[in-house]
Amino acid sequence: MKLTRATLAKDLRLEWRSKDAINSMLFFALLVVVIFSFSFDPTAEESRQIAGGLVWVAFLFAAVVALNQTWARELRNQVLDAYRVSPAPANSLFLAKAFGNFIFVLMLECLMTPLFIVFYNLRALGPAYQLPIVAVLGTWALVVNGTFFAAMSLRTRAREIMLPLLLFPISIPAVLAMVEATTSILTGEYSARFWIVLLAAYDLVFTTSCLLLFESVLNAE
Amino acid sequence: MSKPTDPAADPIIVVTDLVKQFGRFAALRGVTASFAPARMYAILGDNGAGKTTLLRALAGLNRPTRGSVAISGSSNVRSVCREIGYMAHPSLLYDEMSGTENLRYFARLYDIEDQARCTAVIQAVGLDPQLTRPVGQYSQGMRQRMSLARALLNDPRILLLDEPFSNVDLRSAREMVQLLASMRDMGKTILVVTHQAFLLEGAADEFVWMEDGRIVSRTQDFNSAIAGQV
Amino acid sequence: MKRLFPVFGLLTGVLLSYALYLALVVAPTEQTMGDVQRIFYYHVPSAWTAFLLFFINFVASVVYLIRRNMKADVVALVAAEIGVVFCTVVLVTGPIWARPVWGIWWTWDLRLTLTLVLWLIYVSYLMLRRFSSSGQTPQIAAVLAVLGALDVPLVYFSIWFFRTQHPQPVIGGGGSIDPRMLHVLLINWAAFSCLAALMFWSRYRLEVLKREVEDTQALEALLETPRGSR
Repeated sequence: MKLTRATLAKDLRLEWRSKDAINSMLFFALLVVVIFSFSFDPTAEESRQIAGGLVWVAFLFAAVVALNQTWARELRNQVLDAYRVSPAPANSLFLAKAFGNFIFVLMLECLMTPLFIVFYNLRALGPAYQLPIVAVLGTWALVVNGTFFAAMSLRTRAREIMLPLLLFPISIPAVLAMVEATTSILTGEYSARFWIVLLAAYDLVFTTSCLLLFESVLNAE
Repeated sequence: MSKPTDPAADPIIVVTDLVKQFGRFAALRGVTASFAPARMYAILGDNGAGKTTLLRALAGLNRPTRGSVAISGSSNVRSVCREIGYMAHPSLLYDEMSGTENLRYFARLYDIEDQARCTAVIQAVGLDPQLTRPVGQYSQGMRQRMSLARALLNDPRILLLDEPFSNVDLRSAREMVQLLASMRDMGKTILVVTHQAFLLEGAADEFVWMEDGRIVSRTQDFNSAIAGQV
Repeated sequence: MKRLFPVFGLLTGVLLSYALYLALVVAPTEQTMGDVQRIFYYHVPSAWTAFLLFFINFVASVVYLIRRNMKADVVALVAAEIGVVFCTVVLVTGPIWARPVWGIWWTWDLRLTLTLVLWLIYVSYLMLRRFSSSGQTPQIAAVLAVLGALDVPLVYFSIWFFRTQHPQPVIGGGGSIDPRMLHVLLINWAAFSCLAALMFWSRYRLEVLKREVEDTQALEALLETPRGSR
């Protein structure tokens, strides 16, 4: 939809202009990788077993910090009122925000992954081409719900803690799938196919639900 | 220079027994009123009188607890949202973009592709469309004018303005009032909530006084509107 | 209806005592686990009761989203609260049972893990209800409940597959169950369901009363004569 594209373009442009957010997020992502690497220092053999979990937990934390900023610009001058008053469909706004977060978190992952590979001497023993698929499906799973819950949190006190509080429990099957898929691919011991299918199903279910329910959350009163 | 209210004109906004409660706090306690087209109404009252709540109900931003709002004959405000322009004390603009960029973006919300429209509307409020300074760096007067421009983008029949002159310098405020008067003359219905009633003297057709969630008086005469309130 | 309540309470008390007697005295001792196994008669019925209550929460939330019926919102709230209570029982009895028998506190057993995730989801639901502003709570909470419920099958399948890839010890023993034990189990489930119904009824009435009081207070605030009328 054209409006989604326009909103996404606007968000990307604004993000690019004030590089504060990008820079601080990138640095945060780097710090997370380093801290994790200090905390868990396994042998090459062990590292393949645990890297899946480590990497995704690190991505999850970085994602939450990014997701909390989703609506920050809209809140500042009550811009959301302008959306609500206009005939623009709420879904376009949601999709644009979700895509924006998706791109941003993927970017963080692209930064963090090489660092993890270096610190843990990682090498995939299984089909490495599946890793990007897992990354894309998994990131979308986190981002679609994260953007939705970020909007829900706008209506609450303790806004910033509310987002992870709501996101983590519901994301458990997706996180399990991401971790297991990544571990299977790295160790080459199992097929990741079931987990990839599960992630795709998760993405389908929640993208549809969020699209259907977003309007009622935006206009809840 | 107030016009006599034309009794034959169908009211464009009809509010019937509107009640809005936030928990135990009753912001609107049964407001019944109708507003005629091509008129400017000044809505006055102390803080907490319910002026903002009323305006937001008319804009479709809150759902009435009881009662109804009918705009252009439709009781579903969302379906006529193209005919409404809303402006509030926060600017409803992105601080990081220039005025033109802001308006070009908001125009898309109304399916307006025509960039000339944005330029025209910015010029109409007395600002420079070429200005690249981000809105966050504007003075309050400029910001409110740009916010008004945004509200005018879709050429709405109804303008709902909530404290548009707040913290605005006198010259800008008077220019805005003149602009609003000319909009009214073109046929728009304008409701202005303000604490600075004197700005609308001679421009508003009717002064509506609200107190504790109800409309307590309506008069076309500025002086009698002010007299009882001091 | 109200008079039935103490009668029902008494019946529940009797049923629970009978069930307790059955579980602790009458039921045969399990051959490998010994008397510790008797906790099974609390662990399993609590789980089923919790799942039933969460299902009720889902249905009530859907009804609220479609009809905006306040009673549905109360049902959803109460079902979630009591469901969390029974969930907690499952999560506490699980490790208590597991430790002496299998030597471990926790295992990613299907039922136990599913219960843990449900507990997390519904606690987050209750926190959302507590932290959101009262006008919007029913709507937002209902949306969250629907999303949570949609998550459940995904949780189930993910854990199920995880266990096939990483075999774990099974708490609660798979396989067939002695008919006498089944009988005791079902009686206990009936007793727990009655207890849940009792708690539900009582909490429901409490919440409905509380809302009625709030509505009355709101109505009073609405009808109050405004201070300093003109």
